[in-house]
Amino acid sequence: MLEALALPFMQRALLAGVLVGAMASYLGVFVVQRRMSFLGSGLGHAALGGVALGLFLGYPPLYVAIPFTVAVALLIAWVRERTELGGDTAVGIFFSLSVAIGIVLLSLKTEYAADAFTYLFGSILAVGPADLWAVAGVALLTLASVPLWGRWAYATFDRDLARADRLPVLADDYLLAALVAAVVVSAVKVVGILLVAAFLVLPPASARLLARTFAGTTVLAIGLGVAGAVAGLFLAYLFDVPSGATVILVESGLFLAALLFSPKT
Amino acid sequence: MAVEEAIRLEDVHVRFGPYPALEAVNLTVPAGAFVAVIGPNGAGKSTLLKVLLGLIRPTRGRVRLFGRPLERVPPSWIGYVPQFKTLDRSFPALAIELVVSGLRRRWPGRLLPGERAAAREALARVRGEGLSEKSLARLSGGELQRVYLARALIRRPRLLLLDEPATGMDVLGEADMYRLLEAYRDETGATILMITHDWEAAYHHATRVLVLNRRVIGFGPPERALTDECLRRAFGHVGHEHTLAFHPERRDA
Repeated sequence: MLEALALPFMQRALLAGVLVGAMASYLGVFVVQRRMSFLGSGLGHAALGGVALGLFLGYPPLYVAIPFTVAVALLIAWVRERTELGGDTAVGIFFSLSVAIGIVLLSLKTEYAADAFTYLFGSILAVGPADLWAVAGVALLTLASVPLWGRWAYATFDRDLARADRLPVLADDYLLAALVAAVVVSAVKVVGILLVAAFLVLPPASARLLARTFAGTTVLAIGLGVAGAVAGLFLAYLFDVPSGATVILVESGLFLAALLFSPKT
Repeated sequence: MAVEEAIRLEDVHVRFGPYPALEAVNLTVPAGAFVAVIGPNGAGKSTLLKVLLGLIRPTRGRVRLFGRPLERVPPSWIGYVPQFKTLDRSFPALAIELVVSGLRRRWPGRLLPGERAAAREALARVRGEGLSEKSLARLSGGELQRVYLARALIRRPRLLLLDEPATGMDVLGEADMYRLLEAYRDETGATILMITHDWEAAYHHATRVLVLNRRVIGFGPPERALTDECLRRAFGHVGHEHTLAFHPERRDA
C-alpha cells in the first residue's frame, strides 16, 4: 500500500482528494442544511458543458469549466432570487442547458470521447499537475471564505434574523453558489461529474446525524470527507477500479455507520 | 422635555405586485410605550414588523426609528422575537448558541466565556436556566419562545419587536412573559411593539393598541383603540364581548 505513495500520480490524486474532500464537505454543510443538494448535482452536470467547451476550444478543460460553472451557479441564484420559480426548477433548467451544450460540442469531434469519459466517472490517473493547480487555487479561495462561516451559518439558520442584523445575505448567497460551483468542478477529475454531488452531500449528511451543533457538524463533515477521499483513493488503486465510485462507496459506508450510531436512531 | 419618538412612520405604503399590504400608514410611537398590534389575518401586521426590521422596503413613505432613518439605526438597538413556528428544527444547535447569536450577530462557532455567562444570565431572566445545553429541536414551543426572548434581550435593545410571542405558551408562561416584558420596559425605558391576536392581553398589558387592517384603524390607549367601532372596522365584526378590566396603572406612556 505504502509504495503507492511514491507514485507521482497517486501523490497528485491524494493531494487533490484531500483538498477536494475537505472543501466539498465544508461547503456541503451549508448546501445540505439549506436543502440545496440538487444544486450540487446540477452544477456537476453543468460542468460537463464547461469541460466540453474547454476540449472544443483546446484549453485545459478545468480552466474553462470553472468559470463556466460559476456563471451557471450565479444564473441559478439570480433566477431563484428574481422569480417565483423554486431553486430546483432553476437548477433543472440550467443543468439541462449545460448538458445539451456539452453533448453538442462533444459530438462535433469523436476524439473527445475518451477525455469526456474521464470527467464523467473520475480517474486518479487523470489528475495532472494543471488540475492540481486548479484545485489548489479553489482551495485557497475556500480557505479565504472561512471567516464568513458565522455569517453563512446565521443566514442558514434564519435568513430574516441575519438580514435584520444587516448581514449581506444576498451577496453571500451568490458567493456561496460561486464557491460551490468552483469546488464541484475542481472535484470532477477525482470523483467524476456523475458522482460529484454525493461528495458534497454524503459527509455533511453523516456529520449531521452525529453532531449536536452546526460547528461540530462542519468539523466532522470535513474529517469524514477527507477520510473518505483518502480511503477511497487507496482502495481504487488497490482494486484498480474507478476512483470516484470507490470514494462514494466508502462515504456511503460511513453514512450507514453514522445512521446506525446516530443518537436519534 | 419632549418625549423621544421611538417609531415614526410617514405615509408608508407597501405593495406586493398589485396587492396592497399597507396603505398610508402614519404612526408615531413615543419611546417607552408598549404597543400591541392587532388586526385580522392579512391585515399587514407582520409586514409592518418587517418594515421596522428593514426586511421589507416600503413602496412609498418614510420610516424613522429614534429620529434616524432605518439604515442608520444600529442593529443592536432592535431585538426581534420571530414566531417560533418559523424555526428550522433540523438545524443542529443548542439553545445557548441561539442566545449568543443575538449578541454576536453571527452564528457562534466556539462560545467565549463572557458570551456563555451573558447567555446564561439572559436565559435565567426568562426562566430558561435549564435550557442552555438543550438542542433547539427538542424544545417545546413555549421553551423556544423563552430562548428567542433571551436572544432578543441579551443585546439590551431599545426597541423590542415581537411576533405573537405567546404562541405555544401555557397560561403561566404567558403571564411570566408579560411580567418580564413590563419589567424590562420599566428598567430600561425600552419600547415594545408586539403583534398579538389576544385582545385581552393587548388590553391588560399594552399602553397603546394599534388596530390595523392595511390602514391604521385606531391607535391609542387600549380603552380608546379597542372600541366596538374600531374592531368592527378592522375585523368586520366584534368577535366577542370584550368586557376588559381597565388598569389605569399601566397607562403611563
